[in-house]
Amino acid sequence: MNKQLLLGDEAIAQGAIDGGLSGIYAYPGTPSTEIMEYIQGSKQAAELNIHRKWSANEKTAMEAAIGMSYAGKRAMVCFKHVGLNVAADAFINASITGVNGGLVVVSADDPSMHSSQNEQDSRFYAKFAMIPILEPSNQQEAYDMTYHAFELSEKLNVPVLLRITTRLAHSRADVQRKETKKQNGIKLPSNPRQFVLLPAIAKKNYKGLLQQQPAMEEESNKSTFNTFINGKNTDMGIITTGIAYNYLMENYPDRNCPYPVVKISQYPIPRKMVTELYNSCKSLLIIEEGYPIVEDAMKGFMNIGKPIHGRLDGTLPRDGELNPNIVAKALGLSFTEGQPVPDVVKNRPPSLCQGCSHRDVYADLNEAMKDYGTGRVLADIGCYTLGALPPFNAINSCVDMGASITMAKGAADAGLVPAVAVIGDSTFTHSGMTGLLDAVIENTPITIIISDNSTTGMTGGQDSSATGKIVQICQGIGVKPEHIRVITPLKKNHEDNVKVMKEELAYNGVSVIIPQRECIQTAARRKKMEKKQ
Amino acid sequence: MKNDIILAGVGGQGILSIAAAIGMASVNSNLHIKQAEVHGMSQRGGDVQSHLRISDQPIASDLIPAGKTDLIISVEPMEGLRYLPFLAPNGWLVTNTTPFNNIPDYPETDALMGEIKKVKNHVAIDADTIAKEAGSSRASNIVMLGAASLFLDIPFEKIEEGIKQLFGRKGEEIVELNLKALRAGREFSEKNKS
Repeated sequence: MNKQLLLGDEAIAQGAIDGGLSGIYAYPGTPSTEIMEYIQGSKQAAELNIHRKWSANEKTAMEAAIGMSYAGKRAMVCFKHVGLNVAADAFINASITGVNGGLVVVSADDPSMHSSQNEQDSRFYAKFAMIPILEPSNQQEAYDMTYHAFELSEKLNVPVLLRITTRLAHSRADVQRKETKKQNGIKLPSNPRQFVLLPAIAKKNYKGLLQQQPAMEEESNKSTFNTFINGKNTDMGIITTGIAYNYLMENYPDRNCPYPVVKISQYPIPRKMVTELYNSCKSLLIIEEGYPIVEDAMKGFMNIGKPIHGRLDGTLPRDGELNPNIVAKALGLSFTEGQPVPDVVKNRPPSLCQGCSHRDVYADLNEAMKDYGTGRVLADIGCYTLGALPPFNAINSCVDMGASITMAKGAADAGLVPAVAVIGDSTFTHSGMTGLLDAVIENTPITIIISDNSTTGMTGGQDSSATGKIVQICQGIGVKPEHIRVITPLKKNHEDNVKVMKEELAYNGVSVIIPQRECIQTAARRKKMEKKQ
Repeated sequence: MKNDIILAGVGGQGILSIAAAIGMASVNSNLHIKQAEVHGMSQRGGDVQSHLRISDQPIASDLIPAGKTDLIISVEPMEGLRYLPFLAPNGWLVTNTTPFNNIPDYPETDALMGEIKKVKNHVAIDADTIAKEAGSSRASNIVMLGAASLFLDIPFEKIEEGIKQLFGRKGEEIVELNLKALRAGREFSEKNKS
């Protein structure tokens, strides 16, 4: 088979297809989105009849994947790091149920927060759930690890976490494929109560998980993804995790690092290799992309052993993404920078597209809110979060998916009336609906704007579960029909739309305004496709 | 050989089409390649960049170290300057002169050109006009690729091949237009490198 030029995300997707995948479940989130998109676009996946539809949120995705594993088939679930927070209940308990078909959870972290609210490190979750982690350092490893992960999951009877970061997710390199494995057939768990987490059964399963820990560590010790690289200078030993290895090696153009190195790409931490390194060196430098997890474990609370350097003692920055220069500094190597950025260069922050419907929504809303003053608009996560920036300065919060409605409710409960929520269509069906129910039950005086552009815009225009259903959903949840107002956000409708907003802001109960106009990016792509056909 | 390249532009300007063409040419030349892209929020009209590394040896980092970039290709005049800390002392800046102005404080053209001229090795090219002359302003990125190709250690025929592969599906006419744009860009660099 020829080599293919693949993004890290795409390498994972292809590795899963070739590894015997039967279904992928996911909710879009940068930098994980391209995994599902690749499988959706793959002819091979279509021929193999692999299930490949977006889920309403990460929790439903995780649960569907557990269901497919229950039925004996290999399943993968993908999301960005904060998506794992949403899926956490199902994720943690999946380690207690164990698996039937192999189950791989891909969580894509975003150190430096290129497109995120935080830079949490998903490896903590795997430790919490007591399951193995695979953390590729390059695209080929991303492919190989995914290919291998389903068998590891089946062998150890736990889900396996595949942890990547933005840089690998969105970087291309050539990847050599392997033979495609056959999918599992349907096969129920041999123990019919394996997935019944009643306390009595859960206790037994949990003991089983604890007993499996040494086997997981042994897998790490003998894993070919973990390597001990000899070096002559034992003044210092180096541990790298995931792609940090590349930044280390970039500083030695002939790849000849003078220090011994343990390259960790499979966890639990390979105790034998790490112990050998510690015993043979005078000090350690730990280079990890993300939180100082290995470093913390190596130091321990007492920190009474040999000197251990890394992010915790300032040898490396405590936060943010690594790069070759940051690592060079930690190694005490010098490097030259080019010329400084000239003063004439200005910042160019992202902004809403010209012609975007959210622009009109904010123009309308800012006008309608004039009588009430600023500070009352709780918003959510999506393109419309850019309404926080000039020229709109229209929103006052962005915390987590769905938080606009519930925060508006809490603010109204506190007496901030009216409070306004701004949420997108996909975010609404992701996790806004349950919050709306809370508000409806108390008829809380909030005005909810569901800015419906019929797509998941920020991540590049994936299908939205909400499309064509929002009015019925709001009615079904119990919003009074006369307070569900659908408007068309266009300049020519500005005055009418402001009037609608003012009316609903004055209403002392739950109202929902739904400005509906298709995302201009999605519309342009759709028209192009229609023209082709 | 080793070519470390930064592609610079604004989200939506299509810098990845240039990366794809160079990538294709590199794979066809049996070279190693790593190409880091920016997806997500910045694609909405923010500044975007791609680190593209080509080598006959395996490549370690997806990111180019500071001061090591051989070539910055910028599809608009301000964005290339943003990455000067990455440019090697003898590296080249190849930049389009047509501004992409979507911010209120976008600098004056003269100020930008002044800074571009301060870079020891630079080519400043009006890719949009040259693309129009070649048949379509949409080919301006391919003009930029042509202008930059002079500073790549990849045979020009391999880049032409890459263009044929990339645009093959769109028909002979589109392929020819882009090849014309590519050659026009190359020709400009040959005459104007300073």
